[in-house]
Amino acid sequence: MTVSHMSTSKLTAASLHRRHAVEKRFRAYGVVAIVTALVFLIILLSSMLSKGYSAFFQAQIRLPVFFSQDVIDPKRTNSSEIIARANYQILVRNALKARFPDVKKRREVKKLTMLISRGARRHLRAMVAHEPSLIGTTQEVWLLASGDADMFLKGAIPRDIPEKSRRINDRQIAWLNALEEDGASRRRFNVNFFTAGDSREAEQAGIWGAIVGSALTLIVTLILSFPVSVTAAVYLEELSTKNWWTDFLEVNINNMAAVPSIIYGLFGLAIFLNVMHLPRSAPVVGGIVLALMTFPTIIIATRASLKAVPPSIREAARGLGASPAQVVLHHVLPLAMPGIFTGTIIGMSRALGESAPLLMIGMVAFIVDIPQGLFDPASVLPVQIYLWADSPERAFVEKTAAATLVLMVFLVVMNATAVVLRRKFEKRW
Amino acid sequence: MQFFVLAVTLVVLTGIGFFFGRSHALSSVSGRARNLHSLPDYYGWYLALWCGLPSFGLFLLWVLAEPYLIDVLVINQMSAVLPDKWAGSSDLILNLVQSLAAGHTVPGEATPALQEAADHYNALKKTSFAGLAAAMASLVAAGLAWGLRQITPGLRARNQVEKVLRWLLVASATIAVLTTIGIILSLLFETIRFFQLTPFWDFLFGLSWSPQTSIRTDQVGSSGEFGAIPLFTGTLLVTFIAMAVAVPIGLMSAIYMADYASPKIRNIAKPMLEVLAGIPTVVYGFFAALTVGPFLRDVGMATGLEVSSESALAAGGVMGIMIIPFISSLSDDIIAAVPQSLRDGSLALGATRSETVRSVVLPAALPGVISACLLGVSRAIGETMIVVMAAGLAAKLTANPLESVTTVTVQIVTLLVGDQEFDSAKTLAAFALGLVLFAVTLVLNLVALRVVQKFREQYD
Repeated sequence: MTVSHMSTSKLTAASLHRRHAVEKRFRAYGVVAIVTALVFLIILLSSMLSKGYSAFFQAQIRLPVFFSQDVIDPKRTNSSEIIARANYQILVRNALKARFPDVKKRREVKKLTMLISRGARRHLRAMVAHEPSLIGTTQEVWLLASGDADMFLKGAIPRDIPEKSRRINDRQIAWLNALEEDGASRRRFNVNFFTAGDSREAEQAGIWGAIVGSALTLIVTLILSFPVSVTAAVYLEELSTKNWWTDFLEVNINNMAAVPSIIYGLFGLAIFLNVMHLPRSAPVVGGIVLALMTFPTIIIATRASLKAVPPSIREAARGLGASPAQVVLHHVLPLAMPGIFTGTIIGMSRALGESAPLLMIGMVAFIVDIPQGLFDPASVLPVQIYLWADSPERAFVEKTAAATLVLMVFLVVMNATAVVLRRKFEKRW
Repeated sequence: MQFFVLAVTLVVLTGIGFFFGRSHALSSVSGRARNLHSLPDYYGWYLALWCGLPSFGLFLLWVLAEPYLIDVLVINQMSAVLPDKWAGSSDLILNLVQSLAAGHTVPGEATPALQEAADHYNALKKTSFAGLAAAMASLVAAGLAWGLRQITPGLRARNQVEKVLRWLLVASATIAVLTTIGIILSLLFETIRFFQLTPFWDFLFGLSWSPQTSIRTDQVGSSGEFGAIPLFTGTLLVTFIAMAVAVPIGLMSAIYMADYASPKIRNIAKPMLEVLAGIPTVVYGFFAALTVGPFLRDVGMATGLEVSSESALAAGGVMGIMIIPFISSLSDDIIAAVPQSLRDGSLALGATRSETVRSVVLPAALPGVISACLLGVSRAIGETMIVVMAAGLAAKLTANPLESVTTVTVQIVTLLVGDQEFDSAKTLAAFALGLVLFAVTLVLNLVALRVVQKFREQYD
């Protein structure tokens, strides 16, 4: 009797031990899962930060540039047109040759001029146009380093890898080191990155064009999707009776929310470009496509916040003689507005990050100019990231990561606004 | 720009109509508003609607139909004068005429015939705009006159206005249906054209995908091969990897957050997962291509495995990370919805918490969890940017996650990005793939919905 009793309790103890071990393991799985997800998040963010922050700075090289009369205005016409058309690249080359007099061979000189950005001539031209008295003088000018020189000066190109696998050769490194020792190189905040459009030269490429494109596209999206989705939600939630038609509408809206985004791009391509002949790459088409995509998001958010308004409000308004439309327009909708705005901002932030459907309607073109209107060719920020990510140059990698950071800042600001709005105006009934 | 001016004018006229109607109604009862059937504003709205709506409808119709009509007219006029070599290429001619008319220079010769057509085009546009403006003006005037005649103290203005409002709301809601129909029709239409060029069965069950069609028909390999099976297997492989990452991590974090975590931890972990959900897919794609792909390749090199730098594993793994928050937040809601009484009952019978979760909570939440996973699969199949940036382009029939594969979405993008003429099998194939994608995701979503509806346990 006692023996069997002992063994039972022993058995129980053993099984309890085992069960508690299982319990502990199960709990650990959960912790591991959450920690893994967070680690991924941290790796992703830190990889963008570590690769991108350097793009906010830019290497410049100081050269004594002789603004030669013979190059800029050989006939001494003083006409601004002649001055504007002069070949300023020669000034850059001469300045470099003067700095490194032992460089004689054509190919070497070419390598040497590749250290300075091709945009330097524009800088010099602007200087002369602004101050014509510079002609004939020698000035110390800080010029933009080329993308590869920039990468080297920032230390992104290790010096110990074989010469063939770098984009910058040993001679160029020697020249850059000489300049660095002279104190003729510096790093400055990269204003250009925030004010310029796209460019083939990494050091001149900026995101302003893409930001303007995104803004124009989002304006179209907002103008189209906000009124349509709010009215649709009001109809479904407040003013319709449940029948097969509203059921059908609901199935459609839920389905729209789940359709892959690229399908919207195909739809936009087939309808807006091929049938309606709207211009390719235009923010107006991108805006329409994104509006269709954000439509279900805003509808669902609007319906949720309409549902949250207590029935007593409606009953009171009805009791005082308001018509159904007046109940909604004067009482329910204003009370639901904070929730609707929150949903709209979240929908807009999704539209801002969306790129796949825009590839379909031609917003991937290489566009240097800043778009001026809704029908101009434009790109958007995420598509710009996609385009730059395709470039093999090291200098574009850092630009891509930096553009990613800018995009994330925009998204964080929008989502934080949404959260604040919700916290501030949310009513508990 | 012209149209913009027209639209603004219309809005202003409508506004004037509002005040006109309001004051007319008030003056008809000599200022005693309570003798009116409705509030004075409703009479204003009534007249404004009569002013604005008909001509706005006309405006929309005109803007939609005008380009088409003008094109037809120009082509008809031109077909008489043009030499035969242009016959049948009316789209090309139209493009030339349009860019001439807009004042651009056109490649090649601006023949007199083309120039004439461009002038004709511009003249037609001018006439059309004048006609539209005149028609809209007369509609506004007619609406104003008619509406004013209707306004009497007994007019049930509120009811009328609300009726129109209701129809506007219905119209907004109908856009959802129109979009779905539009998507289906546009995909179907192009797909049918594709199947006129390529047999249906070759597409659905062909084992070789090489869509490179050449421009001249006599070139070698001019007809591309459109066997989509390698794309389907590639998509499935990437999706499988993504789900293998997302489901365990997402589900376990949902369980932990619903049944174990203290409110403090939940308040930190949940927003973090939401951040993961808010990161744009292009950023995930860049991350996969820049960090994960090379990392896996280096690991492979260190361990003697051959890993392609654009491996299915990199794309699928990063896609899995993207789907984690999707699975976890859906499952979290479902698990939290299982009534506490079930848990209490199980715990009272002596089960540990993990036993409760596994034998009580999860079975109760199973339909919802399955539906969440199906929605996750549908997301993974339709995801574009990550695979475009991190998976390869070569259509290989392989189940090895270390090799590079291509997916349906990658091919849609590569077939359609860049300038293409719109009649080649190559571009049409993209629409056929799009239709397959649409159909599969639609079925997955509907099944997910059905699973929840059919198997959900109804408590209390």
